[in-house]
Amino acid sequence: MNDMTPTREQREAKLEGMGCKRKRVEDIRFTQGRGNYVDDVKLPGMLHGDFVRSPHAHARVKSINSEEALKVPGVLAVITAETLKTVNLVWMPTLAGDVQMVLADGKVLFQNQEVAFVVATDRYAADDGINKVVVEYEPLPPLIDPFKALDADAPVLREDLAGKMTGAHGPRKHHNHIFEWTVGDKDLTDAAFRKAEVTIKEMISYHRTHPSPLETCQCVCSFDKIKGELTIWGTFQAPHVIRTVVALIAKIPEHKIHVIAPDIGGGFGNKVGAYPGYICAAVASIVTGKPVKWVEDRIENLTATSFARDYHMTTEIAATREGKVTGLRVHVLADHGAFDACADPSKWPAGFFNIVTGSYDFPTAHLSVDGIYTNKAPGGVAYRCSFRVTEAAYCIERGMDILAQKLGMDPAELRLKNFIKAEQFPYHSALGWEYDSGDYHTAMRKMMETVDYAGLRKEQAEKRAAFKRGETREIMGLGVSFFTEIVGAGPSKNCDILGIAMFDSCEIRMHPTGAGIARVGTKSQGQGHETTWAQIIATEIGIPADDIMVEEGNTDTAPYGLGTYGSRSTPVAGAAIAMAARKIKAKAQMIAAYKLEVHEGDLEWDIDGFRVKGLPEKSMSMKDICWAAYNSVPPGMEPGLEAVSYYDPPNMTYPFGAYICVMNIDVDTGVYKVRRFYALDDCGTRINPMIIEGQVHGGLTEAFAIAMGQEIRYDDEGNVVTGSFMDFFMPTAVETPHWETDFTVTPSPHHPIGAKGVGESPNVGGVPAFSNAVNDAFSFLGSTHIQMPHDFWRNWKAAKNLGVFA
Amino acid sequence: MAKTHVTMKVNGAEVEGLVEPRTLLVHFIRENLALTGTHIGCETTHCGACTVDIDGMSVKSCTMFAVQAQGSDIMTIEGVANADGSLSALQEGFRMMHGLQCGFCTPGMILRAQRLLKENPSPTEAEIRMGISGNICRCTGYQNIVKAIQYAAAKINGVEFQEAAE
Ligand code: FES
Ligand code: FES
Repeated sequence: MNDMTPTREQREAKLEGMGCKRKRVEDIRFTQGRGNYVDDVKLPGMLHGDFVRSPHAHARVKSINSEEALKVPGVLAVITAETLKTVNLVWMPTLAGDVQMVLADGKVLFQNQEVAFVVATDRYAADDGINKVVVEYEPLPPLIDPFKALDADAPVLREDLAGKMTGAHGPRKHHNHIFEWTVGDKDLTDAAFRKAEVTIKEMISYHRTHPSPLETCQCVCSFDKIKGELTIWGTFQAPHVIRTVVALIAKIPEHKIHVIAPDIGGGFGNKVGAYPGYICAAVASIVTGKPVKWVEDRIENLTATSFARDYHMTTEIAATREGKVTGLRVHVLADHGAFDACADPSKWPAGFFNIVTGSYDFPTAHLSVDGIYTNKAPGGVAYRCSFRVTEAAYCIERGMDILAQKLGMDPAELRLKNFIKAEQFPYHSALGWEYDSGDYHTAMRKMMETVDYAGLRKEQAEKRAAFKRGETREIMGLGVSFFTEIVGAGPSKNCDILGIAMFDSCEIRMHPTGAGIARVGTKSQGQGHETTWAQIIATEIGIPADDIMVEEGNTDTAPYGLGTYGSRSTPVAGAAIAMAARKIKAKAQMIAAYKLEVHEGDLEWDIDGFRVKGLPEKSMSMKDICWAAYNSVPPGMEPGLEAVSYYDPPNMTYPFGAYICVMNIDVDTGVYKVRRFYALDDCGTRINPMIIEGQVHGGLTEAFAIAMGQEIRYDDEGNVVTGSFMDFFMPTAVETPHWETDFTVTPSPHHPIGAKGVGESPNVGGVPAFSNAVNDAFSFLGSTHIQMPHDFWRNWKAAKNLGVFA
Repeated sequence: MAKTHVTMKVNGAEVEGLVEPRTLLVHFIRENLALTGTHIGCETTHCGACTVDIDGMSVKSCTMFAVQAQGSDIMTIEGVANADGSLSALQEGFRMMHGLQCGFCTPGMILRAQRLLKENPSPTEAEIRMGISGNICRCTGYQNIVKAIQYAAAKINGVEFQEAAE
């Protein structure tokens, strides 16, 4: 060996594989304005569509007159339910087994519901057209308060379901009832409560909010009459599923539909569902023979697409006097709006809410969820969470704090006492999940040490004393939160969407020169897949990440995959990528053995190639093997070096984390100050620590927004009063706190590379940390629970209600 | 609707077009000039995705008419890279410090930050946060955007960038 031979470390570093803070390849185009988002797609002769929307939350549509609109220069067509009837598309199936109106069919059920679609030569003309469509409404009484939905005299919302006593998820018990979902052992749980030394009961609401990615939902549909092919560019988190749905409802053969999800400006769950805009643009393109673009504006995005949460959770915990939990009972009233369009796997009407036992060893639990209709926008999505795990985590983390308060115990100590222990994994929860791996005590203790938890509690005690003496008007809260996520949907035994199992896929093709392309069934919306997927391949097959191009989002070229949401990309597609790479490596080993004239078993893998065991100078690099794959493979072997893998995970993955928020609140103004926020995440093997940290920052900022102010609110008439960024809290750089991140690593035992997924953890763990901080601050004044969001005004109200001032 | 002839300088080049008086500047830039790096996130001056630099000021192009930009000197994200095509200090900073994720806010953010650094070449963290408070990012939590701007400031000022300890 001479001095020029690269060392092991140098060879490894050159790969920029797993564990490396590789800089993102997508940034080269994004920082120069060269991204290609849907609104950047411009086709010859392209038309623009826009919606006439309902001003009422509940009304009968008496008539729609398009005559004047059609006279507007540039307006070519006005599509209404009548038009859609000719193609049998007035109603579309939802992801949750319900049906939803594409355009108002006889009545409207929420404010800003789509009533007519105006198609024109440009967006200004379309807007002119909208203003000329005359719709005559007869207002009906709106149903806004979910607690009144099941009253006997509540207005009937879904007339199409009249008399139907069974829905997609079993019996319905009222005209506004969607489903009842129960899990767990009721008798055992009731018995635990009867025997309990201590119990708590609290109505914990998780208010309605919205993902609001910076780019709204949009599409361009282009129907080629000659070929009978439909091409759709869209902001789709799951392009393949969209193609299948379009094939099923438009009756166009699936191979004649091309769905392309180009760069996407954030998704957070908002871009999973199918919206009337997609259907109308497709129909308009078929009707006019021209490409049609539909771009939602911000008000439409906030008021008509995919809300999140809106869960009202009556939570009860039973425990011993020493603080050992013995039972959990939760009933949820779930406000799903006008149509049940929630994005959940088919078998889970309330998603994975049954992870609600959280990180604690509950011997028994029982859960029931009632889904109900109201006059609000449909489409509950898992906003930066895995199918309702945010609500579940909030429920149990608030519940544990309330229990600690009742017991007079420290909330962190109560958690340590009840955690599932490291040796209990794989752990079977009372509500039916098998947690793969975890080490909760270590994570919690690391968090407590890093922030000097004991010191903070001491400071808090001093501050409380000073407050009582009237020396300060500032109170201090410590928001402890510990969460267990359930991500990686999912195993086909548990998870499907409209009957399609939630596997994911990867295809890798290595070219003769040792560069290659990987195509994956997921679709990044900012998570940096182009960067990290190549890192997995680099480590697995020893080709530098820079030499692997990653492509997603084109259904013509990428293998079928279920897309990116619910932190499923790394747990599912990440595994598919590793498995495809391993197939490549296995073939490469055969080629290397042939070329080196040894038995395959005599070879061992060495960073970027194979070498003969015991004869290190006899080796062959992966790069050279790629070349050999195209000219000298063993007799009988097919040339080429490519592999496809479809990965159906054996189980979900269960990332976890310990968070703490330290907050001061001025009781006279309600103004809070986040003094410190520390987030420790364990997502198993870390592929790119820089990207993980970035994801945690982003998720925490969204959690901060939700807990501290963001809410979709309706007035009694059903008007959305938070329909723009003016009144829907969007934190800027000024409000957003500073984030401290940390980690432990507990790999998933069943995942090929041990990775668990992280994108949503900070939102799941962050919201309870903020809310617990506020609640902890007020607790010494006798308050047990204050509902989110905790904006200044509500904090001030809380202080007032607690009699802190007159 | 009758159209008006507009001329302006965009990224150093004289451009012209025929627009309706109501045409928004952002639409003129994106549709007529095909410079799609300037994005639309809200159309109500709240998000800053459409920020461009006009005659030495950061302007949200979604609430300005193209006719109002008559004769002005505009820079969009397409004009930010160095003359030789390499990334500017800010663009490099965003990449090095992981100051972007989906990239949708990034052009507006970079344009704003560029003007900020022209006005205040060595801003404090608080000044940076205040300086970009008209630009919303949904992905990054701002912390790395702040670092990206600090990185660029250091590079422009010829001093070594020190990442503040966590
Ligand atoms: S699009 Fe102009 S500020 Fe949002
Ligand atoms: S990077 Fe996505 S909005 Fe800023």
